Amino acid sequence: MYRTLENNQSTTLEVDKIDILIAQMVNGLSYGMLLFVITCGLALVFGILGVLNLAHGSLYMIGGYVGYSVTATYTQSFWLALLTAPLVVAFIALIMERTLLHYTYKLGHLSQVLLTLGVAYVFHDIAKIIWGTNVLSIRVPESLAGSVSIAGQLFPLYRLVIIAVGIVIAVGIWWVQNKTRWGAIIRAGLSDREMIGALGVNISLVFTSVFVLGGILAGFGGVVAAPILGLYPDMEFQTLILALVVLVIGGLGSIAGTFTASILVGVLETFGRYLVPELSMFLVFTLMAIILVWRPNGLLGKQVAEG
Amino acid sequence: MKIYLKFSTALLLFAASPFILTSFHINLLTEILIFGIFALSLNVIVGYTGLVSLGHAAFFGAGAYTAGIIAQNISANLLFTLGGAVLLSVILACIIGLFCLKVSGFYFLMLTLAFSQMVYSFVYQSTGWTGGSNGLSGIPNPILFGWELSNTVWVFYVVASLFLVVYAILGIITESPFGKVLVGIKENEKRLKSMGYHTNIYKYAAFVISGIFGGVAGALYTYFNGFIAPSDIYWTMSGTVLIMVLIGGAGTMLGPVLGAALIVLLETIVSTYTNMWMMILGAVFIIFVIFFPSGIYGISKDIFKGIQNHTVRPKVKNISNEKVS
Repeated sequence: MYRTLENNQSTTLEVDKIDILIAQMVNGLSYGMLLFVITCGLALVFGILGVLNLAHGSLYMIGGYVGYSVTATYTQSFWLALLTAPLVVAFIALIMERTLLHYTYKLGHLSQVLLTLGVAYVFHDIAKIIWGTNVLSIRVPESLAGSVSIAGQLFPLYRLVIIAVGIVIAVGIWWVQNKTRWGAIIRAGLSDREMIGALGVNISLVFTSVFVLGGILAGFGGVVAAPILGLYPDMEFQTLILALVVLVIGGLGSIAGTFTASILVGVLETFGRYLVPELSMFLVFTLMAIILVWRPNGLLGKQVAEG
Repeated sequence: MKIYLKFSTALLLFAASPFILTSFHINLLTEILIFGIFALSLNVIVGYTGLVSLGHAAFFGAGAYTAGIIAQNISANLLFTLGGAVLLSVILACIIGLFCLKVSGFYFLMLTLAFSQMVYSFVYQSTGWTGGSNGLSGIPNPILFGWELSNTVWVFYVVASLFLVVYAILGIITESPFGKVLVGIKENEKRLKSMGYHTNIYKYAAFVISGIFGGVAGALYTYFNGFIAPSDIYWTMSGTVLIMVLIGGAGTMLGPVLGAALIVLLETIVSTYTNMWMMILGAVFIIFVIFFPSGIYGISKDIFKGIQNHTVRPKVKNISNEKVS
């Protein structure tokens, strides 16, 4: 499904099958981590605000494109892009929440989903106007461009770094959610929004911050993913759909579930694309269907599917 | 009696329109009616049953591709192609419904989306059957009772008569006790369950009905266009038809048709000026969601009823107030 733009894969002809499998495993894991970073923002927003943000993929796309603009035209620094893009996306998310979503909380959840669908449509064309329809990519920074040799095998460094970053973010979110006051508010908001409002928490502020946090994660994911997945029109919808699949498989309200599901989907997609290219998307959806029949609330989700 | 009067007026208008309108407008009207059928079919689950699907393009695509493939390989007979399209839509709806109706609310939306993308990727990747990304072209004109429907006017007559049939069938279904149960599911499923209704069977039936007519719309689109591209089955198509239903007024019979008319007309007008159609569509949709949640039908009803009845909200309001979580 995704176009892989990277050239420095270590899968040359002389490496034997096991090495290829290991390399694919690394690809799958790093892909899974990317999915985790993107889905996590979606899951947080869905959990707290009750809004299934269909524009989340668009925020991810804008993050990637802004990162591209920064690296391609102004300073050519990947690190600056990594800093700027999430901030820009966070700003867009802030505006979106304050001007559009904020006034629709009274209209019910369905209206909000539809609103984000409309926003996704608008963003799609705005990105087309600004960045065109060509396939673009961000260059991996020099310091991360090479390969490292582990146990006699070469691995692209950038993918290993992505895996590490994904783990750090997962642990960070887990820590925030379980050990801090903010996390306690978020967990409380997941189970009963009205009650924490009654307890004196400024729920409106919580909503805005969580939505902005979702935007930051999406923007960050966009920049990190761009060197591997590339930037092209429709990328946001493909990512959104995979993120939704991860969300469904993982179940709502559990970072561990999202994490597991991301890795599962990432590895399955990568191996599927390698072994049976014509069925790769099918495998992911089949996995989702099986898991839904087996556990309707997702792998580690709480009781939410029945509404 | 009143309903027969309306129906025969529509019949007469459709019959007369090729003599009044230019062929460009006939084409436009044909497209509106096809998308009207498509929107009406989605309306059965979105508007009446309260299950918001974002994967209805799967049935449209299934119908369109089946009709196209049968016409190319077996026979261009309209009864065959339409029958095949209906058959495949039924099978597809039965399978997808089996999985999707295990959940509700947002999960239903996500699952229908995922399944329609599954159908899309199948169509996109099985190039031998469907032509892959190139689409299916050179589909022969449909033949009805040995008569080739080569003319836009003949296609229009077929589409218009099928539209009236579908409208009548869906109107009867939604007015029947079965339709009332569906509305009951939308309003309060738990209560219906406790009254002894097997709501799952009703939802499943509604989903299959919706799928059938989605397939019919797809088959008609093939006759009309003579060409199918994978983009006709992509999720933006599901999004567009959902927008049609909601802009028009979900849970009403006339609303989705009005929505389809507005969107098709708007697209025709806008596309002469700019290719940023999605942006316009998105913006129009946002405005409707925020300011006119009851859709065109709701607005016109409000205007008709006058100011003193403003407190009585049209029943389409309920869908946006419904709790989905």
